Amino acid sequence: MVTFFQQVVNGLQLGLVYALIALGYTMVYGIIKLINFAHGDVFMVGAFMGYIGFTFVKLPWPVALVMALITCAVIGVINERLVYRPLRYAAKISALISAIGASFFIEYFTSLNFVFGPNYISYTPPIKEITWIIGGVRITDIQVVILVTVAAFLALLQLLIFRTKLGSAMRTVSFDHDAARLMGVDVDRTISFTFFVGSGLAGIGGVLFGFAYPEIWTFLGVMTGLKAFIAAVLGGIGIIPGAVLGALIMGQVEIMTAAYISSQARDAVAFAILIIVLLIRPSGILGRNEPEKI
Amino acid sequence: MNKTKQMVLALVGVVVLYALLKALIVTGIIGPYWQIILNESMIYVIGGLGLSIIYGFTGQFSLGHAAFVGIGAYCAGWFAITFSHYGIWASLGSLVVGMISAGLVGYLIGVPILRLKSDYLGIATLGFNFIVYDGMQNSDKLSSVLGGAQGMTGVPQFQTFEWYFVTAVIVFILVRNLVFSSHGRAFTAIRENETAADVVGISPARTKIMAFTVGCVLAGLGGALYAHNYPYVNPDSFTFLESINYLIIVVLGGMGSMTGTVITAVGWTFLLEVLRMFLSLLGPSFINLRGVLYALILIVVIILRPQGIFGGMEASFLVPRIGRRKSNAAAGS
Amino acid sequence: MPLLEVKNLGINFGGLRAVNKFDLDIQTGEIVGVIGPNGAGKTTVFNMLSGYYRPTDGTIAFKGRTMNGLRPFQVAQRGIARTFQNIRLFPQISVLDNVRIAFHPRAGYNMLDSILRTPRFKAREAELTGRAMNLLAVFGLEDKAEIKANGLPYGAQRRLEIARAMAVQPDLLLLDEPAAGMNPAEVQQLVELVRFVKEKFDVTVLLIEHQMGLVMNLCERLVVMDFGEIIASGLPQEVRENPKVLEAYLGRGAVA
Repeated sequence: MVTFFQQVVNGLQLGLVYALIALGYTMVYGIIKLINFAHGDVFMVGAFMGYIGFTFVKLPWPVALVMALITCAVIGVINERLVYRPLRYAAKISALISAIGASFFIEYFTSLNFVFGPNYISYTPPIKEITWIIGGVRITDIQVVILVTVAAFLALLQLLIFRTKLGSAMRTVSFDHDAARLMGVDVDRTISFTFFVGSGLAGIGGVLFGFAYPEIWTFLGVMTGLKAFIAAVLGGIGIIPGAVLGALIMGQVEIMTAAYISSQARDAVAFAILIIVLLIRPSGILGRNEPEKI
Repeated sequence: MNKTKQMVLALVGVVVLYALLKALIVTGIIGPYWQIILNESMIYVIGGLGLSIIYGFTGQFSLGHAAFVGIGAYCAGWFAITFSHYGIWASLGSLVVGMISAGLVGYLIGVPILRLKSDYLGIATLGFNFIVYDGMQNSDKLSSVLGGAQGMTGVPQFQTFEWYFVTAVIVFILVRNLVFSSHGRAFTAIRENETAADVVGISPARTKIMAFTVGCVLAGLGGALYAHNYPYVNPDSFTFLESINYLIIVVLGGMGSMTGTVITAVGWTFLLEVLRMFLSLLGPSFINLRGVLYALILIVVIILRPQGIFGGMEASFLVPRIGRRKSNAAAGS
Repeated sequence: MPLLEVKNLGINFGGLRAVNKFDLDIQTGEIVGVIGPNGAGKTTVFNMLSGYYRPTDGTIAFKGRTMNGLRPFQVAQRGIARTFQNIRLFPQISVLDNVRIAFHPRAGYNMLDSILRTPRFKAREAELTGRAMNLLAVFGLEDKAEIKANGLPYGAQRRLEIARAMAVQPDLLLLDEPAAGMNPAEVQQLVELVRFVKEKFDVTVLLIEHQMGLVMNLCERLVVMDFGEIIASGLPQEVRENPKVLEAYLGRGAVA
């Protein structure tokens, strides 16, 4: 039983990191109906920025965190400007192909020797690990930092979306671009801002991921990003609480499969669960399945 | 130009193309390495036409096409190895086995998941790709021939280029015949407007499953040929990244254009190889630029041609005369 | 025996009763109109008749056979065709193929015939094409056969949608607001077209309409709906003078 709770804690740690990434997927999908394939790679850049920040520049980790946030947010905005905007009113699949191109670009460009290089990098996290044992379950200070940081940014995001003008613009644009334009919302700016926020959150996710699993390389974002994306779909893509819920479930599924079935099967089980959930609820757990109007 | 004349010319074109390629191979201008790449491009043509039916014509988003190519490769490879004492018949049979196995799995998975729409369908097929990949990784537990994560070796190889070329030409003709038929029109109707197709008496579920199964059969055939083209079949050849390659072929070629799919399949395969060769000539430090250039080409092409290179176009000799006859008369009057 | 026999039809969406106790008999050869203010439940009735919505209660019988539980494509194969308020063509394909698609359930050849181009395929395909061209000629679209459907002007798109519905070879044709977006001259042409189609193809017509002019002109019998129920029915003249109908329309400031 104690091992089980230990796994729950480990799953929570993973799920919280997924949540930060999943939010970016869901926000972008909510606003322009695009699977932002490059989002996982922005997360990877975040992990590297954190590592560079506290290992080379010797910044205190919260400063490195902010640096990663800003870098990623800017990359997200540039990516939208250059790669997605020209295709905004083209067929959805064209923008998706473009996103796949952006994803490959970030992966291979950062793999070049003068950028991050092609190798795995292991490092010591900037937080000295302290372990508490509560009822037999090990909890580390890193886990506490992750929990607190994620909770804080979720609260901030909630405030941003429901209490600010920009947030209400985001909600309007995600409802209907033309209506938003008629209401005087600057659609382009709002979309840029959505990318800014989503990518920034992925940057934070990258830094926290590095704390928990301090081994990174430039293709880190492929699988982690995909899992976070699956989490967003599982919860109901376009719905912010859904992304968090899906991510927490995803974290548990992965850790539990690795612990009790086989660590090789973790991806297959995660995807099998996704397919089953979609067959029962075609728009995800919290998604509303709206029939087509005739 | 007269339609029959055009058909004859197309046929002559195919024969000339064959003779040309054959001459290049015999004279050694196309060496063994490039011959394998040429074969591979034919495999992409076959698999690409499969996805073209599923996605380009019927509009069913699949991000898991490589899974079916892989299933075809593994089943065909297993058959060819197990029955290798029958010689050429085992290899021929393996092509059929590859088609049937991929088609059957496609049908079985298609029945439940084709109820999902657009991106959700894409994600479910992507998930299926991962599940199949894990299955391949553990395939040695089923039969040691399959090799699991080590990969499968010992599939008899087709050394001659004719296998690939002739198969691709036959597949192309049959797909063209299918597309220009009532079944092909039903596929397109589903892509264009499912509700409207439904009210004119076309069962969306049945039509989608049919298209998906046919597409998977072609993926399986491509996979079977793959197993005979490479001495080593490995799960990593059938990941979702490979599925994305197929998607790129269909979308860059232009949705609903067989011409586009074929030209892009060949062009894309060779582009990547030429890029590899060119950069390695420049020096070992340049080879890593391949991915960057690949990505840039992809982005630039799709931004310049969002509808694909041949979007909405078809080489005119492919389009049947039937259906033009009366309107030509009307236009002339 | 009536061609279409609808008894006590009703449907709930969530807690909302969208259509209630809807009864309707249509005899072969009639042109019947369903009118009523926006949100009265007219299209919902159509969607139940064509198999999109599953009624919560009631029965639909067509040519004496029950239609409950059939999917839209099965309804079409039984002989009910329909058009949509917002035209639904196959936009990226040719006008000719828009019509030929509707022959698919009765194409008369299988996939093997298609891919092998058997004599049966060739014979049937030539016949289907000829029939499609004839239909297009009836609707004045034969010289547009090869252009894409979305390249047609609005009025021609409406005609194409009706042509496609007729390719289903229906006994009953459901027209959902066929005059939507048309000017008075076009409406007059439409009235003539519907009459012509009815005579030429020997089809029974049920239509939904907002424009009183059109229904008064065209329909032999009217059913008036409001709040999901039938509030009046009868000859156009009778309905026009019915106080309940006047109230439903004029009381809410709708089209008179």
